[in-house]
Amino acid sequence: MIPANFEYHRAGSVDEALSLLAQPDVYTKVLSGGHSLIPALKLRLSQPGALVDIARIAELRYIRQDGNYILIGSTSTHKDIANSALLAQHIAMLPEAAGLIGDPQVRNVGTIGGSIAHADPAADWPGVLLAADAEIVLRSQAGSRTLAAQDFFLGFYSTALQEGEIVTEIRVPIPAAGTKSTYQKFMQPASRFAIVGCAAVVQVSNGTCSKVRVAFNGVADACFRDVNVENALAGKAPTAENIAAAAAQAAQGVSILSDHYAAEDYRKHLAEVYAKRALTVVAG
Amino acid sequence: MSVKISVSINGKKYTSEVEPRQLLVYHLREALGLTGSHVGCDTSSCGACTVLVDGQAVKSCTTLAAQVDGCNVITVEGLAKNGSLHPIQEGFKEEHGLQCGFCTPGMIMAAADLLQNNPDPSETEIRHALEGNFCRCTGYHNIVRSIQWAANKLKETNAAVL
Ligand SMILES: Cc1cc2nc3c(=O)[nH]c(=O)nc-3n(C[C@H](O)[C@H](O)[C@H](O)COP(=O)(O)OP(=O)(O)OC[C@H]3O[C@@H](n4cnc5c(N)ncnc54)[C@H](O)[C@@H]3O)c2cc1C
Ligand code: FES
Ligand code: FES
Repeated sequence: MIPANFEYHRAGSVDEALSLLAQPDVYTKVLSGGHSLIPALKLRLSQPGALVDIARIAELRYIRQDGNYILIGSTSTHKDIANSALLAQHIAMLPEAAGLIGDPQVRNVGTIGGSIAHADPAADWPGVLLAADAEIVLRSQAGSRTLAAQDFFLGFYSTALQEGEIVTEIRVPIPAAGTKSTYQKFMQPASRFAIVGCAAVVQVSNGTCSKVRVAFNGVADACFRDVNVENALAGKAPTAENIAAAAAQAAQGVSILSDHYAAEDYRKHLAEVYAKRALTVVAG
Repeated sequence: MSVKISVSINGKKYTSEVEPRQLLVYHLREALGLTGSHVGCDTSSCGACTVLVDGQAVKSCTTLAAQVDGCNVITVEGLAKNGSLHPIQEGFKEEHGLQCGFCTPGMIMAAADLLQNNPDPSETEIRHALEGNFCRCTGYHNIVRSIQWAANKLKETNAAVL
């Protein structure tokens, strides 16, 4: 499969990438790890006039702490995140989720910024970032803006990213001491994309669950936070019965996907099972 | 429009003009005659096209030749030294790690990435490291044994993977 032709530019800095993106009359797309875009180019689902390769911009590839946040540069690869001791110490579900993406070759080059810009409903980062209460930093020639993950993911392959904008950073608040997080997924056996992925964050103190955040990938046409599950567990003791009761609320009132991997009722069932598993890891 | 790329492939410098849409695997196979990297699926799934780019396993059917400008690429042709097989290749021979051999170059390059990072992998770790590589013949058991054989050989001879 051969993509339609395009021009290729490699940007050395964010400023250079932004000015290349702002070229009038040429439909220009950002290229990061290429592991969603190149397959789309090969299928000619996407036919940009030019690509701006940002993968080697050194200022975009870092994972570091800044006060109460861990900052992840957008071209950090899934492998960088899987191997981050800093993230493992503070918010374990990020390295855990990274290690479950695709396969080693995909993790070596695929990036977090590319994944969230693409917003595949079966991708792992969107729900994880919702549960982490993360913020997404976007830059364009006009300046920069920061959005809550909740406001960034808009729907099926759809985000708040506008033309001429680049995702530059993901800001992950460091949870309070005693908070645990996990990501549990039922994966498509060949691609390893999420059929159902559940990210959960819970703080247990004095025998009570608080700051419960639960989000799903793969269940609906976009990632979503499941407030019914969250509310059912908040303020309760982390017992097996309470966890099961909260998990039983999973994916209520959402339009559930159905495809040849998993029909609607099976996906709903999986959402409950994976919510229960995730909550058992963090609160059980 | 074409772009000029300069890439070290198996230790040799190649400077070429490529179309931006040229995929690395076709550049290797058709422009440079390095046909060891195979195209199994052309959809990023099978891993037969795996090569090392700056030491990391990458699917070359999902990489533009332009993206590896300035990089160090190693293909299966770059493993044997002075006419003797690389320990991973030897392992596949000793443990009967191939039948038709179509997947083998990709398996070997994925194993090279693994053994660089983890010289003493468990069976489970080897199986996880091969998640991006399909074999339609062997049932994987002998591939796992081949990689274990290579890990032991590298340990015994105190040799680096690359
Ligand atoms: C075999 C296979 C298995 C996979 N399995 C999984 C899986 O299990 N889970 C999972 O979550 N994903 C999976 N993926 C997808 C993979 O994680 C991709 O790497 C990821 O979706 C896209 O990241 P990228 O860096 O490759 O982006 P690219 O492919 O380079 O770009 C994707 C899109 O985002 C845009 N873009 C990229 N970076 C930015 C940026 N910084 N700012 C603005 N726009 C940007 C591009 O223009 C393009 O539209 C798989 C992919 C393959 C090939
Ligand atoms: S040919 Fe590249 S992954 Fe199958
Ligand atoms: S030996 Fe035939 S595909 Fe693996």
